Amino acid sequence: MRVTVRLFARLRDLAGAGELSREVPPESTVDAVWALLVRDYPAFEAYRQSLSCAVNAEYARFHTTIADGDEVAFLPPVSGG
Amino acid sequence: MTSPTAITPAVLDLPALVRLVEGPGHGAVVAFLGLVRDHNVGRRVTHLVYEAYDALALKALDRIVHEAADKWPSVRMAVHHRTGRLEIGEASVAIVTASAHRADAFSASRYAIERIKQIVPIWKHEFFEGGDAWIEGATADPDNVEARDHAMRIACA
Repeated sequence: MRVTVRLFARLRDLAGAGELSREVPPESTVDAVWALLVRDYPAFEAYRQSLSCAVNAEYARFHTTIADGDEVAFLPPVSGG
Repeated sequence: MTSPTAITPAVLDLPALVRLVEGPGHGAVVAFLGLVRDHNVGRRVTHLVYEAYDALALKALDRIVHEAADKWPSVRMAVHHRTGRLEIGEASVAIVTASAHRADAFSASRYAIERIKQIVPIWKHEFFEGGDAWIEGATADPDNVEARDHAMRIACA
């Protein structure tokens, strides 16, 4: 199945794109998508502990299971205000 | 029509937010503006670019308004956050609260800005003399009770 990946702030800069598409096996978790990204962008590895994630614009967990067509977002520590 | 919450590239309209929340039963309106400052950790800041995950950021603002309403049921609140390039002195965030008496309006306003810094997916890209840097604050987790309690303690101090 195919998911859309959204990247923001420093992650977007590191990847050189804010939106990607990735193919993952059925019943994959957010973590599986992250593992694919780390393979493509080794610099991502250092960020895992400080990241939040979202699925279809709702906060999620790395163990959250995703479905075909979902939008999976990875969020560095926030700094609004 | 002004909405109580917004993530917008447009200049923030504080009077419109005041009109939205004020009412005949409200003896107090507190207006908070967060402005772009010309210095940060010893750097001379030239401008900021705010990036947001718009869809989730709007939901997070709505969540903050609901959390505040749980604690201060009589307070009306509006929160708008700007995105894109902002120059020194421009407002990045506007929080307006109204209540019968001033204490609740002040507390709810302080609570909202603390929570924005915790859970709203917005990022500052700081440009300063000699470089630029992404500012990274809190790992966003709306379900983190400790963080929420911390914001509440600051608001009620």
